Amino acid sequence: MAKQKQPKDPMPSPRVWAGPVVLGWLVPGGGHFLLKRNGRAVLLLVSITLMYLCGLMMHGAMFQPQTGDLLTTLINTGGFIGDLASGALYVLTVCLGYNQPDVAGAVHDYGTKFLVTAGLLNILAMVDAFEIAAGRKN
Amino acid sequence: MPKMTLSHFEASLLFALFTSIVMGVVTKRDDRERLRYGVYVFGCFMAALVGLGWLMHFGHG
Repeated sequence: MAKQKQPKDPMPSPRVWAGPVVLGWLVPGGGHFLLKRNGRAVLLLVSITLMYLCGLMMHGAMFQPQTGDLLTTLINTGGFIGDLASGALYVLTVCLGYNQPDVAGAVHDYGTKFLVTAGLLNILAMVDAFEIAAGRKN
Repeated sequence: MPKMTLSHFEASLLFALFTSIVMGVVTKRDDRERLRYGVYVFGCFMAALVGLGWLMHFGHG
């Protein structure tokens, strides 16, 4: 017997989820704070912020969007999006001049990965905030 | 900005710790499952870290 397709949930109004998602981008865990999930919000805030700060203290480099061959474009633009996803942390770093040029070295390289991963984890947190705000998750 | 110098192992350990906390928090639906999944992800990171470390050790001869 053929499986019946599950009907997709309709997309909720942006008024419901835009606030938590935007606040979640600006401040890691901010969307969860807005949705009164304080325990999870604190864990997200502490983990993502500490990861970002460790990346900065390891003198990790910030990516700038560059075009060229496919790999260069993919790495630099993807890295830039990852950095940008940290929200206010990224904006403050750039405004206060703490962004470092790319230098050779294992620790610096780890730092660069920490900075990008903090942004990518913040995207996961924003998706979670969206699902909670949309009522798809408690 | 103060400088932080970590060994490969320390950096990987910190990476695994932060990542597994966030993965645990955002993926599951109740606190018990979240804790279990976070510990599981951390264990997987550690197993991969030690396994790949030994692989590279033997690979280099």
